[in-house]
Amino acid sequence: MSTMWAATPSEQLMRMATRAAGRRRSATRRRLPLYIGLAMLVLAVAAAVLAPVLVSQSPTTIDVLHPLAPPLTPGHALGTDQFGRDVLARILYGARIDLAIAFGATIVTLVGGTIIGLVAGYLGGRIDSVLMRLVDLFFAFPFLVLIIAIVAMLGPSILNMFVAIWITSWVAYARIMRAQAVVAKRQQYVLAARALGYGRLRIMFRHILPNTASAVIIFSMVDAVGNIILAASLGFLGLGAQPPSPEWGTMISEGQNYLLTSWWLATMPGLAVVFVGIAFSLVGDGLADLLRTGER
Amino acid sequence: MAAGGPLLTVRDLRSYLSTRHGVVRAVDGVSFTLGEAEVLGIVGESGSGKSATCRSIVGLMPASTAHVSGEVIYHPHGGRNILTARQPELQALRGAQLAMIFQDSMTALNPVLTVGDQLLEAVNAHASLTRAQARSQAIGLLERVGIPAPARRMRDYPFQFSGGMLQRAVIAIALASSPRLLLADEPTTSLDVIIQDQILSLLLELQEDTGMSMILVSHDLAVISEVCDRIIVMYAGQVVEEGRAADVITHPAHPYTQALLDALPQAGERGLLRSIPGSPPSLIDVPDGCRFAERCPHVLGKCRTWDTELLETSGLTGTSGLTGSGGRIETGGPGQLARCWRHDEVRRPQA
Amino acid sequence: MSRFSSLPQRCGHLVIVLFGITLVTFFLLRLLPGNPAVAILGTSYTPARAAAIDNTLGLNRPIWSQYGLFLGHLFQGNLGFSFFYGQPATTVIVQHIAPTVFLVIYSAVLAALISFPIGFAAGLRRGGVIDQSSRILFTVSFAMPGFWLGIILLLVFSVHLHAFPISGFGGGFAQHLYYLFLPALTIALGFSTVLVRSLRAATIATLQAEFVDTARMKGIRWRRVLRRHVFRNAILAVVAVFGVNLAYLISGTVLVENVFSLPGLGSLLVNSVADRDYPVVQGVTLLFAVLIVAINLLADIVQAALDPRVGQEAGA
Repeated sequence: MSTMWAATPSEQLMRMATRAAGRRRSATRRRLPLYIGLAMLVLAVAAAVLAPVLVSQSPTTIDVLHPLAPPLTPGHALGTDQFGRDVLARILYGARIDLAIAFGATIVTLVGGTIIGLVAGYLGGRIDSVLMRLVDLFFAFPFLVLIIAIVAMLGPSILNMFVAIWITSWVAYARIMRAQAVVAKRQQYVLAARALGYGRLRIMFRHILPNTASAVIIFSMVDAVGNIILAASLGFLGLGAQPPSPEWGTMISEGQNYLLTSWWLATMPGLAVVFVGIAFSLVGDGLADLLRTGER
Repeated sequence: MAAGGPLLTVRDLRSYLSTRHGVVRAVDGVSFTLGEAEVLGIVGESGSGKSATCRSIVGLMPASTAHVSGEVIYHPHGGRNILTARQPELQALRGAQLAMIFQDSMTALNPVLTVGDQLLEAVNAHASLTRAQARSQAIGLLERVGIPAPARRMRDYPFQFSGGMLQRAVIAIALASSPRLLLADEPTTSLDVIIQDQILSLLLELQEDTGMSMILVSHDLAVISEVCDRIIVMYAGQVVEEGRAADVITHPAHPYTQALLDALPQAGERGLLRSIPGSPPSLIDVPDGCRFAERCPHVLGKCRTWDTELLETSGLTGTSGLTGSGGRIETGGPGQLARCWRHDEVRRPQA
Repeated sequence: MSRFSSLPQRCGHLVIVLFGITLVTFFLLRLLPGNPAVAILGTSYTPARAAAIDNTLGLNRPIWSQYGLFLGHLFQGNLGFSFFYGQPATTVIVQHIAPTVFLVIYSAVLAALISFPIGFAAGLRRGGVIDQSSRILFTVSFAMPGFWLGIILLLVFSVHLHAFPISGFGGGFAQHLYYLFLPALTIALGFSTVLVRSLRAATIATLQAEFVDTARMKGIRWRRVLRRHVFRNAILAVVAVFGVNLAYLISGTVLVENVFSLPGLGSLLVNSVADRDYPVVQGVTLLFAVLIVAINLLADIVQAALDPRVGQEAGA
């Protein structure tokens, strides 16, 4: 029926389906977001660390002779602000603050929330119900409002912003980790570990945690985006870093006053936030994809 | 169960799914012919391609991932291949000519609409009726499938129905426009044993009353052998044996069918249930040769390298093979086919 | 109908949550190491003045009795006295409610208008043009601070194109719609990220449901299958998400009000923090929490109206 070089129906179909599957699959292509995200993150960290090498100006040196210079002015690639400070320099030095917040706030709440959720989920009982009521309560508040209220009491500063984030952000991790721990508790590997007579701590941290950590780790990337935005938001509202700190949100807030004449002042630091935010998102997406397929 | 001319011809049906892990050959060259008013059983383990075959026939495979080829000819529709039919054409066939019921009755109906709404939708799909006409027809259908107090139950939501009642409602929906072919994909699997029997007899009763043809898919050979005229046994996406129900049950010609039969619990017989050793091959990296070779007690060297077509088994059928054979040949179903080199040695009367 | 029968129970639960909210707002603000007297007096601090303030605020009493006093006042609608405005805090807060409520509803509606078509389209054609481009778009907008997006919109549409006012609330409904368009759009774009994602996922999941196959096999129009069977169920899944993400909407409001200088609760909150006007901060925090709880209840009611199963499963 078929001539020698005509493909059989099976081969034809196989070719079509393989092509479609290839579009869907391709390991490198799927990991592309992760790699791009990591590269962007490395770039951001490098820019923050190497800021003194990359730009000659200091972020706080006032140059009254050249205020509000537009971008691409010689010596000021991104222009200057109302005091003649170099915008690029401020953004690079600002990265130190905003990245520190993204990592610092996220890591502390990740660790704290995970431990609380793990303990609550595994031990159950009264500890669990008290903790989870507390978590429910925190969730009833709009996150930002709660943080503002706390910062209001402590007084606006970067340290207090950290404290406010630490007080409120652990709840999401606790909730995620608790759900995981409750499920894991009934699984074979945990039952086996218990049958072997291992202690609770060992079971929780050596057995359950390594097997369930992917969920909180993936979430921490989303949370890092949230924390970057939060830091900028508080800076913008005047409740975080205070001027003349080159924190990005603070810069945007100052720049808004010059929106009518000098668009770059509010725009550029925002782009920096978006850049770092996208980097964390991509890493988060990529990790989710990687860890999920790893489980299967 | 008088058989007329052919109603449906399936030729070299293939359905390949593109997945993350590669191409899954869910259906790999299935052919068969179904006669008018015939009940055909498709049996096989889960993952053998039974459901995918049915879904491919009616065009319900996911368009984005499934690649379907071959021919499905629904004869009343004039010899056209319905696999290549466009949406309006399919829409006209579905319900009115081809109907299908699914495995899980609990999820087969939309949870947020009343059963009556969903039934009326089917009743109105191919007929222009007044509200009152449609309603009385719907109530009649519910009555026919044995739902008590049908007028009242029209207002109920699916979650207010039991599993068996839901499956009855699903059958009523399928029959709303008097289709000529009903595909029943494991219609009783999700139900209790007693309910299973009730639903099966209801299906058979309806089939006999209406004279429609039916394809009954099941993993349970006992169920299939009870109610079907003819049986197709599927393994790893292929048909491995086909024949009259009585022949296949009494003289299985493929080692897989034999193994399936051996695995059936025998009434009154104590002792260990026999299961088939090993597991079906991956449908992504399909091995050369016979797909059952790895698990086959009769395996030869050549089985692992060369596959065979469906071979006609020699006519050493007993008297049972002769009764009504005139009808058999007319429906296009040859005596008994098996995809096995050693079918004649394998074939033996089943105890 | 009986499907709303669980509502009284939910309202009971609500009272408990509300009680908890008062606890948190009260103790959070009292137990943190800030001292209102010090904060209020600033440079004019003297121990005598501080003691006087402590006395008027009841701060020298035991903490539980302070809480009792706070609750008692709360029941009378008394949130304390705003030193900054020289008015009861309740009065000040009530004056600022309208723009915020208007903005929240406006943004929610806009978000629905934006994300429903995109979410469905992306879910129906997975990997299609709309799916891919919306994914990129929303990855970017997810990483974008809402207030910055607001500033950019302001820059483009108000400063350069003069299409919208730079700030203000306007008078009358039509003017509100016009003045609040950019602020609402800012919040809606951010919120759409979440909505599109969940709508897409819900649409994909619903398309795979067996009841969709049942409906298709009836031989009815594809559009009808989509409308009655796919979308209805997908939206249902999203209503639940809506409640969970309300906090996002409210947080967005706080920021955007400050960008567009709207006289709402968000601006009031931030200004009161700067002015160390604690009764107002406390009152607004409380109000936002109550607002979230109330809208969640509303989402539950909507869900009960759309989904016959709600409230029945527990009994079944």
